[in-house]
Amino acid sequence: MDDLLREFLTETNESLDVVDVELVKFEQEPNNATILNNIFRLVHTIKGTCGFLGLPRLEAIAHAAETLMGKFRDGVPVTHEAVTLVLASIDRIKDILADLEAANGTEPDGTDRDLIDELERLSLSADNDDMADEMAAAMAEEKAAEEEVGTDIYQVLERPLRPGEVSLDDLERAFQEAEVEIELPAVEEETEEDGEPVGAAAPSFAEAKTSQKEVAKPKNPSAKGKASSQGVSNQSIRVNVETLEHLMTMVSELVLTRNQLLEIVRRHEDSEFKVPLQRLSNVTGELQEGVMKTRMQPIGNAWQKLPRIVRDLSQELDKPIGLEMIGAETELDRQVLELIKDPLTHMIRNSADHGLEDPADRVAAGKPEKGNITLSAYHEGGHIIIEVKDDGRGLNLEKIKEKALKNGVTTEAELEKMADHQIYKFIFAAGFSTATNVTSVSGRGVGMDVVRNNVELIGGSIDLRSTPGRGSSFIIKIPLTLAIVSTLIVEAGGDRYAIPQLSVVELVRVQSNSEHRIERLKDRPVLRLRSKLLPLVHMSELLGQTEEADLDEDNGFIVVMQVGSQSFGVVVDGVFHTEEIVVKPMSSMLRNINMFSGNTILGDGSVIMIIDPNGVASAMASHASGTLSDTVEDEYENAEAHVIDADAPISLLLFRAGSEEPKAVPLSLVTRLEEFDVNKIEHSNGRDLVQYRGSLMPLVYVNEGDRHKSEGTQPMLVFSDNGRSMGLVVDQIVDIVEDRMTIEVVSERQGVLGSAIIRERATEVIDLGHYLPLAFDDWFMRKEIDTTTKVRKLLFLDDSAFFRNMLTPVLKAAGYDVTVCSSAQSGYELMEKGTDFAAIVTDIEMPDISGYEFCESLRRDTRFRHMPIIALSAVVTPASIEKGRQAGFDDYVAKFDRPGLLAALKDVLTNEFGVAA
Amino acid sequence: MTAHKLTTVDGDDNRQGSADHIQYVTVVIGSQLFGLPISQVHDVFVPEKVTQVPLAPPEVEGVLNLRGRIVTAINMRRKLHLKPNDADQGMMAVGIEYKGESYGLVIDAVGEVLNLPRNEMEANPSNLDFRWAEISGGVHRLDGRLMVVLDVDRLLSSLIEPKAA
Repeated sequence: MDDLLREFLTETNESLDVVDVELVKFEQEPNNATILNNIFRLVHTIKGTCGFLGLPRLEAIAHAAETLMGKFRDGVPVTHEAVTLVLASIDRIKDILADLEAANGTEPDGTDRDLIDELERLSLSADNDDMADEMAAAMAEEKAAEEEVGTDIYQVLERPLRPGEVSLDDLERAFQEAEVEIELPAVEEETEEDGEPVGAAAPSFAEAKTSQKEVAKPKNPSAKGKASSQGVSNQSIRVNVETLEHLMTMVSELVLTRNQLLEIVRRHEDSEFKVPLQRLSNVTGELQEGVMKTRMQPIGNAWQKLPRIVRDLSQELDKPIGLEMIGAETELDRQVLELIKDPLTHMIRNSADHGLEDPADRVAAGKPEKGNITLSAYHEGGHIIIEVKDDGRGLNLEKIKEKALKNGVTTEAELEKMADHQIYKFIFAAGFSTATNVTSVSGRGVGMDVVRNNVELIGGSIDLRSTPGRGSSFIIKIPLTLAIVSTLIVEAGGDRYAIPQLSVVELVRVQSNSEHRIERLKDRPVLRLRSKLLPLVHMSELLGQTEEADLDEDNGFIVVMQVGSQSFGVVVDGVFHTEEIVVKPMSSMLRNINMFSGNTILGDGSVIMIIDPNGVASAMASHASGTLSDTVEDEYENAEAHVIDADAPISLLLFRAGSEEPKAVPLSLVTRLEEFDVNKIEHSNGRDLVQYRGSLMPLVYVNEGDRHKSEGTQPMLVFSDNGRSMGLVVDQIVDIVEDRMTIEVVSERQGVLGSAIIRERATEVIDLGHYLPLAFDDWFMRKEIDTTTKVRKLLFLDDSAFFRNMLTPVLKAAGYDVTVCSSAQSGYELMEKGTDFAAIVTDIEMPDISGYEFCESLRRDTRFRHMPIIALSAVVTPASIEKGRQAGFDDYVAKFDRPGLLAALKDVLTNEFGVAA
Repeated sequence: MTAHKLTTVDGDDNRQGSADHIQYVTVVIGSQLFGLPISQVHDVFVPEKVTQVPLAPPEVEGVLNLRGRIVTAINMRRKLHLKPNDADQGMMAVGIEYKGESYGLVIDAVGEVLNLPRNEMEANPSNLDFRWAEISGGVHRLDGRLMVVLDVDRLLSSLIEPKAA
């Protein structure tokens, strides 16, 4: 007798006990659908398993009982008689099981026709309720009729045996006896050929016999006590998971105590406890490992039955089916494993029965005759994914729709709106089967329902994909709440977190002067990693602890993570080590925080949160829609405030440049400290430049006439704002200090605010305001415009393409959102469309409608009476300016006076502000 | 359910108090005296090494390891909308079990055990702060002070299932 049968016996006995209790409950509460469903499922499972194990007597009874209960589920009133009969069937099954145990796995001879007839009679009478009275008399006829209907007929093989073929029973027996060979896939083919393996297995027969005795569980002492008395002790025992859980807790306790002891001993150099404690420590470690192991099993254990089942199905359905299993070594918590066994079996059966077409159809569809079912398991983003895939015909959308309507789970109108994959999901509803005829394999609509229930019971989810003609795949996703995971312990915002290793791709060290540094795209941090641009997010920001602006960008680590197809980097302050942890579910009070998948106790006894990579991934997605555009401005203002507020101690960067005296600049103003190879410094347009992050950065010297170093690397302070950077060349960066910046002696010299005592030395405080315009002369002007205008929409009219091309970039660079028109006519149209412009800049000399006319007509419209309009003209004379004023222009600027235009714009927009306020 | 509860009370007279008496563990939160039915108090401990839980409800102080179990610590001052504790003042926690999970109610101090007659408990005064009334099972008048009976089930369920607003 093989493991399979042994397991079946134990499980079935347990199930039957439950059914007994449930049935009695059900009799008292006939309307309780939950109980009925529960019973129905148990009996269904027993029936199914019996079918695979070749136990026709058991299967027949279970099938008949199930049919009767199916009627109850369909709303037929529950009678005392019926329940008694079902109970009697359960008892009969138990008797047969007991015999089975004693008889080394062979079903006892005998017939259950009496019971089955009785069960079938009741099922039929349920069908024809009003005829119930005549039932007993007309039973013979009914039976004949029922044969035609074909719904309740038990079939082992749907065709007579062909010459030379062995009966299924014989094959079955051969299988059971060929225990040793069963692991070898070759056996399958041999057995299919003929009965030879029976002979081959003969030597091991005696051996098999001994092992069969183990099956006679002490659990069932009433059944053949003599067998159990001789039972060899089992190699494995069933232990309640709670017991293991308790054991686990105690071991954790032990570990903690050990850690404390170790800590104490560490403080006492020559302790006599040292050696025994070391031993205790080792033993504790091993114990911990051992206890952990008791809970983990490779998923392959749950798959053991499957090849056999597929083989049986293949015969029963007369379809060649191949089963491929990938990732059998994926470890799973035992408890989870137990719970997914049945769903998996159901799914394989479904795939074989419904998913795969008949060989003839397959060939017609241009596929190989042999259908394939692929079962794979792997870890993904802290979940275990189990996929059952077939290359069959795919789900029948129309049939599902039809059935969904018939069952009343949806309406025609709702169906219309649904996407295909939503419709597919109906197959998970209770009592849903699209198989037209009920076979002993599947088709009662209990399967997918059970699958979903069991998966959801362990907090998992199930999804399916289907392509007509190409096959379907079911994806079970089980959270690892019970599994042991290897995690990376990181620190962010002063707290430690565990990130599941499975989703960690690599670690990148961030340093301002290394090639890996955090850059920004519209304030969002990104990292250039090889050929990819990786979106980044700070862990503490994700966890809502800090604002992005506060974060130190120049030190830290980036944990590169992958969830599904999404890659991203999480910036953390520090990385410690990896640790194997047992995930404990979050308290129900905290379970709604999707950033964490659980928590655990570390070796040092502290509790740590486990980051859920899926949560992070979805947060990344939603984060992208948020806005942080004000941060830069705030930053700037804060920085300025620092300079003004001289009383508070601030961080100052000390450096030397040009002379020996130390110089200082508030650190908050410095964007980065960089070192460039002097070869990288280029000279162009009379000034020194370096290529910095894809653009040219002008270099500025503290004293005019200074030169950069002639060899080696040149340190510099980089000041950036709004995408522009300036490099202030220094000789040496001395230190960063925290001090009050009280300027004692105000300087007359340009570029120096004055001298202050910093670190007890007179230090020159640099006036950045002097240097910034040296790099970009409009640095401050831009700033000013920016702060007052934000993004203002501007309408710019000019008939000349030359001027349009010349001035548009100027306006854009000043921070305006510019819309360009080539004539007054199109300008009107835009205005009429309701585009809301903050101001208009228009040329005067235009064909058709001149700038004067354009302005006048706008002023006549109440909507545009107060809109700022600026005239642009090549001709600027007092007369033309006067004419412009009369036409209603707010200002009149010469076309070549770019700074004048920007100033005028700023002016009118500020005025307009004042009016509005 | 009720019958079951009664039998445990009767069966374990010394600990639980008799049928018409309930034993309370008194605790101080703010300056107010509260009473927790002793049958619901698992243990009393000093919360140490509390790990903060970002994004958690404000009432959650954090999680901590109590002899191998992860306990969710609830800051009772915050739950009762009282001022936060002074940093130098010691903290105590009352460990309770609710639906198979461990919680620790962080309080200021643990007092004594009182055996109080059931029938002396009075309903909440109608003007009691609704945030208190939500988790108070009634009030006992003691000598010179009032003791609010904390309804542990209501307290925790109010935190676990946020009110549908």
